[in-house]
Amino acid sequence: MDVLTPRSLDEALRLRAAHPDALPIQGGTDLMVDLNFDRRRPEALLNLNEVAELKGWSRENGVVRLGAGLTYTDAMSAKLAALLPAFSEASRTVGSPQIRNRGTIGGNLGTASPAGDALPPLLISECEVELQSVRGERRLALESFLIGPKRNALAPDELILAVRVRGGLGTQTFMKVGPRNAMVIAVVSLALGVDRERGVLSAAFGSAAPVATLVTAALDDVDSFPEQVAAAASPIDDVRGTGAYRRHALRVLVARALERCLTR
Amino acid sequence: MKIELIVNGEQCEADVWEGESLLYALRERLGLYGSKNACEQGECGSCSVLLDGSLVCACLVLAAQAEGHEVVTVEGLADANGLHPVQEAFVETGAVQCGFCTPGLVVATTELLRQNPDPSDDEIREALSGNLCRCTGYTKIFDAVRLAAQRA
Ligand SMILES: Cc1cc2nc3c(=O)[nH]c(=O)nc-3n(C[C@H](O)[C@H](O)[C@H](O)COP(=O)(O)OP(=O)(O)OC[C@H]3O[C@@H](n4cnc5c(N)ncnc54)[C@H](O)[C@@H]3O)c2cc1C
Ligand code: FES
Ligand code: FES
Repeated sequence: MDVLTPRSLDEALRLRAAHPDALPIQGGTDLMVDLNFDRRRPEALLNLNEVAELKGWSRENGVVRLGAGLTYTDAMSAKLAALLPAFSEASRTVGSPQIRNRGTIGGNLGTASPAGDALPPLLISECEVELQSVRGERRLALESFLIGPKRNALAPDELILAVRVRGGLGTQTFMKVGPRNAMVIAVVSLALGVDRERGVLSAAFGSAAPVATLVTAALDDVDSFPEQVAAAASPIDDVRGTGAYRRHALRVLVARALERCLTR
Repeated sequence: MKIELIVNGEQCEADVWEGESLLYALRERLGLYGSKNACEQGECGSCSVLLDGSLVCACLVLAAQAEGHEVVTVEGLADANGLHPVQEAFVETGAVQCGFCTPGLVVATTELLRQNPDPSDDEIREALSGNLCRCTGYTKIFDAVRLAAQRA
């Protein structure tokens, strides 16, 4: 095995093109588990920790650009909580402080788990994914980037650079069902937004379909929205819960989240 | 491959396998057995260390990622004057039974009190949510954190 550690984005993209079998590693909170248990033995690892261009976030007009290396701890900062409340709340539910200090949104998109907690809040904020390779840059809506359970549209020579979301989109919240308040993979999760200005309700759920899924409706549809969202789910039975429970929980969460957002 | 890093204030060199964790390197290459290996999947916190001042699970950091960085393990907390106040508080309150979780909890508590010298019970619970203890039932651990906070 080899470890490649680029010191700039340019170098990272060149190494990525030259070594398509080198697996990118950022916080390692998904990948290291696989390495420790010998579930994966890649030819090489591309360590992105020293690439400054992937870190931090910025804001231009209404658009917030979150670097792929943004950690959940970064996302909990007061400034980001004000711009992207659901994303910040979701980040606080991820793992433990140790996991939040290392885990990144780039890694959550890379893993593309149906339970990835960053995904629902990003989906309700009109999220675009910035991908780059030596061939150039492209942008994909997050809905098109997530193509299946643990599958995404990343090409073998591309890196996830950042995501772009719209900040300050009305009132938002995030909810997650699990056996504990910390360290849980969501049985079902929900990000919900009420945008009074544009008259739009948006909800995105995790762990209740092959990919995190966005549902939108007009503000007037408040009463039927819980049912609409539950109907859009296609949950399975697994060790964490049954499909029927997940659909029921989703309906309850949407009603609660609406109440929270409409009274705020 | 060879990596250079600073561990507990000292410049170190370690000869590591490319795919191994920082936890493995600390224990098996550098002989620092304080950080414990229980789950190797980020669940238990017994391998908690500070990486550039940030609390992390050493089992989830690739050793090669620590190249050029600074690590503090539980061994780095005590000084010439004796135990760290957090360590003393754990001993005095009886927060240690088998002791397997203790190094991780001590490192996590030290970091909690650095950020928040007077944490509420909820704040303690959230800060230590990534550290599991199979023996104490956590009551004495809470006592230890409160005592260490009082004395600081
Ligand atoms: C104890 C524990 C608790 C957890 N709790 C939660 C939780 O509550 N919610 C949750 O959603 N997740 C949770 N996770 C999973 C994990 O922490 C998250 O998915 C995290 O976002 C992964 O980020 P990372 O930087 O650590 O990823 P890494 O492990 O470094 O990488 C993950 C994947 O993404 C790819 N990748 C990373 N960065 C890039 C990039 N810039 N370009 C292209 N590909 C890239 C990697 O190649 C790899 O395939 C938990 C994990 C552990 C161990
Ligand atoms: S050994 Fe690292 S968290 Fe359990
Ligand atoms: S004292 Fe035994 S695990 Fe905590």
